[in-house]
Amino acid sequence: MGKITINNLNLYYGDFHALKDINLDIEANKITALIGPSGCGKSTLLKCLNRMNDLVENCKITGKILLDGEDIYNIDVSLLRKRVGMVFQKPNPFPMSVYDNIAFGPRTHGIRSKIKLDDIVEKSLRAAAIWDELKDRLKKSALELSGGQQQRLCIARALAVQPEVLLMDEPTSALDPISTSKIEDLVMELKKNYTIIIVTHNMQQAARISDKTAFMLNGEVIEYDDTEKLFFMPQDKRTEDYITGRFG
Amino acid sequence: MRRKFDEQLELLNRELIEMGALCETAIANAAKALINHDNSLAQEVIRIDAEIDQKEKDIESLCFKLLLHQHPVARDLRQISSALKMITDMERIGDQAADISEIILLGNVHSLNNAVHIDEMARATIKMVTDSIDAYVRRDLDLARSVIAYDDVVDDLFNQVKKEIIDIIGKDKQNGEYAVDLLMIAKYFERIGDHATNIAEWVEYSITGIHKGGERI
Repeated sequence: MGKITINNLNLYYGDFHALKDINLDIEANKITALIGPSGCGKSTLLKCLNRMNDLVENCKITGKILLDGEDIYNIDVSLLRKRVGMVFQKPNPFPMSVYDNIAFGPRTHGIRSKIKLDDIVEKSLRAAAIWDELKDRLKKSALELSGGQQQRLCIARALAVQPEVLLMDEPTSALDPISTSKIEDLVMELKKNYTIIIVTHNMQQAARISDKTAFMLNGEVIEYDDTEKLFFMPQDKRTEDYITGRFG
Repeated sequence: MRRKFDEQLELLNRELIEMGALCETAIANAAKALINHDNSLAQEVIRIDAEIDQKEKDIESLCFKLLLHQHPVARDLRQISSALKMITDMERIGDQAADISEIILLGNVHSLNNAVHIDEMARATIKMVTDSIDAYVRRDLDLARSVIAYDDVVDDLFNQVKKEIIDIIGKDKQNGEYAVDLLMIAKYFERIGDHATNIAEWVEYSITGIHKGGERI
């Protein structure tokens, strides 16, 4: 059994059937990429995994999502989001210091000790490969950082609450190639300790960093396989046509 | 969408077909020059070999450009990577046809002994080269596999020719130089058969993703 198991998942936005009979087994300590054309349901699927769609009006979900075998709807939502962290497309640091950005999550979970928080901030920034760049700027506003640094800060912030799964929604689409490369290195390092699911529009990125890839089209998972197999010898013509740029 | 890429892949295809046709001509002419003792045809083969070498460079450069510009995946990646491998074998076929021609031009193989089945071996080898190129052009998996199997025919013929040449030497040691040159020509034909097999294996790979029965990536 995978870290996350998705069984017969269907999602409707009103009359619109956005996810259709999704069945996926997301393996622990692997990077799983979700690819597919805009509007195919990748981000919707990602958001299901930490119940971000709960807040969307007229959204109806059927089927089951299990985290370590436990139905995510039986887990307290704030605990679920602690275990399943998320990094968004656009870096979204809070308008506060670098330190407070990282300490925010742990504080909301009741940690008050300065020694403990100092330790969490350092460990999280180190894990996000940005400690050396920021250790002398912890009191500075996070908004003064470059885009690439802000995104790594957001990853550090997600790591600060010690999640098990990290959801990443196009985390490098707003970044330059060097920042992108740093995030990619970081993600590959992080998989030792975390299960990572990444939505990306960048085919090369999916091929470079992920272990498994799911190709989605019109709300369905068309093909799910080892990344090398999927990019080298896809089994479904629609996958082949999409990854070779014949449509999408 | 991907109009430029498709044009470049089409160009790659045309260039490979042209290079294949040059290889077929080179080896067919080498065989004809051998059978008809035609030195000018042997010279022509050496000229064609230079053309084949140039084609290899052109195709190689086109493949590198496609890898750099298009980051190909799936079928496109298999097509380009197998093209890069195939041209190495095609270039060797050109070299070996030229090597045969150079031996012909030495003049020792002035007449073909009827007891030696080298003309049959040449025909079998030409068939392998032609079929391997056809298999590529038509993306014909069955034909590619039949080329791979046919290599045994050429290998058996080589062993037969080798024995026949040993008999010639046994009958008269004066035939030594003639026999050795003929043996070298036979060996070149046998090697050309191996290169045609390699080409067919890359055709198989570009269609199935499996090379020489190994594991698919």
